[in-house]
Parts: sequence; structure tokens; C-alpha cells
Amino acid sequence: MSSPRSPRIWQLKDIRYRLLGVECNKCNKRFLGKRLVCPSCGSRDLKIVELSRTGKIYSYTVVHTPPRGRENYGPYIIAIIELDDGARATGEVVDVDPSEVEIGMKVEMVFRRIGEEDRAGIIYYGYKFRPIL
Amino acid sequence: MSDLRNDPLIGISGYGVYMPVYRIKIEDIAKAWGDDPDTIKNGLLVYEITVKGRDEDQITVAVEAARNALKRAPEVDPKGIGAVYIGSESKPYAVKPSSTVVAAALGLELGVRGADYEFACKGGSEGIISIIAQVKAGMIKYGLAIGADCSQSWPGDVLEYTASSGGAAFIIGVKNNDSVAYFEGTYSVMSDTADFWRRDGVEFPRHTGRFTGKPAYFDHIIKAAEGLMNELNLKPSDFNYIVPHQPNGKFPIRVAKMLGFKIEQVEPGLVTPWTGNFYSGSALTGLCKALDNAEPGERILVVTFGSGAGADAFSIVVQDAIKRKRDLAPKVEDLINKRKVYVDYGVYARLWNKIKV
Ligand SMILES: [Zn+2]
Repeated sequence: MSSPRSPRIWQLKDIRYRLLGVECNKCNKRFLGKRLVCPSCGSRDLKIVELSRTGKIYSYTVVHTPPRGRENYGPYIIAIIELDDGARATGEVVDVDPSEVEIGMKVEMVFRRIGEEDRAGIIYYGYKFRPIL
Repeated sequence: MSDLRNDPLIGISGYGVYMPVYRIKIEDIAKAWGDDPDTIKNGLLVYEITVKGRDEDQITVAVEAARNALKRAPEVDPKGIGAVYIGSESKPYAVKPSSTVVAAALGLELGVRGADYEFACKGGSEGIISIIAQVKAGMIKYGLAIGADCSQSWPGDVLEYTASSGGAAFIIGVKNNDSVAYFEGTYSVMSDTADFWRRDGVEFPRHTGRFTGKPAYFDHIIKAAEGLMNELNLKPSDFNYIVPHQPNGKFPIRVAKMLGFKIEQVEPGLVTPWTGNFYSGSALTGLCKALDNAEPGERILVVTFGSGAGADAFSIVVQDAIKRKRDLAPKVEDLINKRKVYVDYGVYARLWNKIKV
């Protein structure tokens, strides 16, 4: 039996499941993930917040040579999303053809599978983005 | 039978639906198997069905439906949700609850109980009943009940024309001015009828074909609906809508007629012709479609059905808050029509891992 990686996932869970991040009490900027120091002003006075679940595509790339395990699925889109509260998140953009994606496209967070250990292992879930309905 | 017309009344604070954007047309499935498309479409009254994306499963569908339900319940602090129940027959894990993932995705962990209900297509309504009871008893303030499925079928099985993916979610609490509707009563029936099953360790279900109709679907739905109407002293004309379980487009219309309802009462809650059968989410998505268009004061009869077999009937009365809440999340017709991506049978089979490549 392979050793499960679930403990590490548990720590990432709040970020992946709910877009949890921090807001700096000094400069008010928001960042994805658990941090101790504000990347913008260096303050340590941060609070944990749930980031906006909507935003727009800041930049993107179409991956034509997928990694092992997803060879059969064709090209997919990885984008940097500027969330409505100013924080940025990198993630896959789904439910849209790569030819229709453009910078500035409005997107919303969607909860999806992001991988699995193996056929018998833990399924990993987390955020992706898709065009707003 | 539970008469729910005594205090405290139990209301629906928010409701939400999710379905994948992918669709396959019935023609394309028929072509792949050499069937006549018109015979199938007219026989089942289904035109196209939803297909889950490669990264979707019953858990992701449940989370999205729940998020949409929460959008329609802005007054509900998610921390006030004390129970999460998901009804499903297509859980991604054979052993490990889906409800824990859904609760975590919504930020609910402390002071919350949850479980996965399983009764073929009736698990979702079992969750609703359990939450009604717990709210009524004062054990919880709010509860979240979800019916969600990404249903499976053998390649080439007639079920392939209807088995699809989607689900509906409801935030339930004591009735107040923010409730979009409230429950008047519920009535359930069940019997040991083997019309549809999947043995442990087997990938796809088996069914008795035509047998699924008469002694299973029709008998149970009729008994539950008539039982409820008798107990509440209501007749078909007292309801504006009837929303039965929808394994295809034909059965709900036929069972409504058998019960003495008119076609105009069943059509507003029909979803399967354009989505396929969401199994645990089928009648519940139909209820959401009826709520999307209902007026305050209107009465809805919902009857779920689960093979094996059993049915749960609910009488639901729409409230004023529906007017200001229905636009807070995507409506069923928008989800059906606004964004869809058609796939052909080859892609469909691959998305479902039916063909191992
Ligand atoms: Zn700062």
C-alpha cells in the first residue's frame, strides 16, 4: 500500500476548496494562501479572508503537451485570474474552448477534481475557473 | 405521513441547481448503436442529456448546487447550518462520505453532522425529510439537503439515453419572511421491489427493463401522492404544479395524468427532456424549475421515486420571498440553455471512461 498524501492536502484544503487567503491590515492588499508576511508592504499584521470567487483573466496559456495522465484530453488552459478583490490566483479555465478564451474574460471559481493519487487513491479537489454564465 | 401544518412551520430559505455544460444529442447516441433516433426521442421524450466534464463527479456537482442554494439564502450564515445530507447513487468513493467534502468546500466543519443517503433516486428527498425533522425538533437552525448524481449505464444500454449529471440543493430552516416556500406535509411509501440495482464491485447497474414502469415507478408515485393528498385533504386541482421523478420525459406526464392532473400542471417542472435524468437530483431539479417561475401562494406537489423501491411526496406552498430571491442564482432554464457544449459519442464515451484508451 502506498503511503497516502492526504495530510499535506488537508493543509492546502482551505486554500484549494474555498480560495482562502490573507488581507493585509496595513496596505489592505489580498493574497491567495496562508502567509505570515505581506508580499507588498512587509507587514506581519494579516487576517485570514475568503477571497472573491469571481474575477477576470489577467493572462493565460494553452497547454498543448499535457503531462502524464491527461494525454487523452487535448489542450487545456492555465490562467492567472485577477479576482474582484485584487488578489491573484493561478488555475485551470474549464468549460470553454481554448479558441474562445481572451484576456479580460469574466470568470467564476468552480469546484472541480484537480487530480488523484492513483485509481485507488485519494481524489484531490479544488478551485478552477470558468466563464460566468 | 407527517402533517407539517403545525408550528413551527418549516421553510426553504434557498435552492440551487447545477448541471455540467456538456451535452450529447440523443441522435448521436442512437447513431453509435444503430438505433432509430426518432423512435428513441419519441419513445422517451428526451432530446439531449448533460454529460459531466472530465473533472466533474457527484461531489463537485453537489458543491456547485449548494453554492447556488446559498446565493439564494444571503441571510443564512453558513455557520448556522447544522447538518449536510447528500443523496446519491454515484458516489466517487465506495467508502468515504461525500458530505464531508461538500461541507469543507462550504467552510462547514465544527458543529455539523452529515451523511450520504442512498436510495437509488430518492436519497436527496430522504435528506430533506431528515432536515425538516431536525429543524422542527429544534436540533439545528438550518440544514443543507442535496440530491446529486453523475449517473452510470452500460455502453449500449437503453439507460444511456437518459442517465446524466446534475443536482439540486436546498437550505431548510424554520419558516420566516425569507423563506421562498414552506412544507405542508410529506408522505412516503416503500416496498421490496427489485426493478433496478447495482451489485457491489460491479461498475454499471442492471434493471428489469419494462418492469421498472408499472409496479415500481407508477405504483409508488401514485400511492405516495394519493396518500399525501388524502391526509392533507387536497385534490389535484388544489395544486398549481406536480413534479414527479423524471427517469425520462414520458413517465412524469403519464403518472400525472393517471393521478388526475392536467398537462399544464406537469410541464413547468419538466427538465429531463433537455437534461436527461439526474437520478437523486431529478424531481428536485424539477422543483427548482417550478420555483423559478412560481407565484407566491401557489402549491407544488413533488414526488420523488427511488428504485428498490419507494417514493416521497411533499406539498410545498410558495411564499413572497421567491420574487426577490429567484434571480440571486442561475435559474434552471438558464443552466439548460445559456451555455452548452455539444460532444459526439466518441468524446462522450471517453469522458465517461467507457472506452479504455
Ligand atoms: Zn501590506
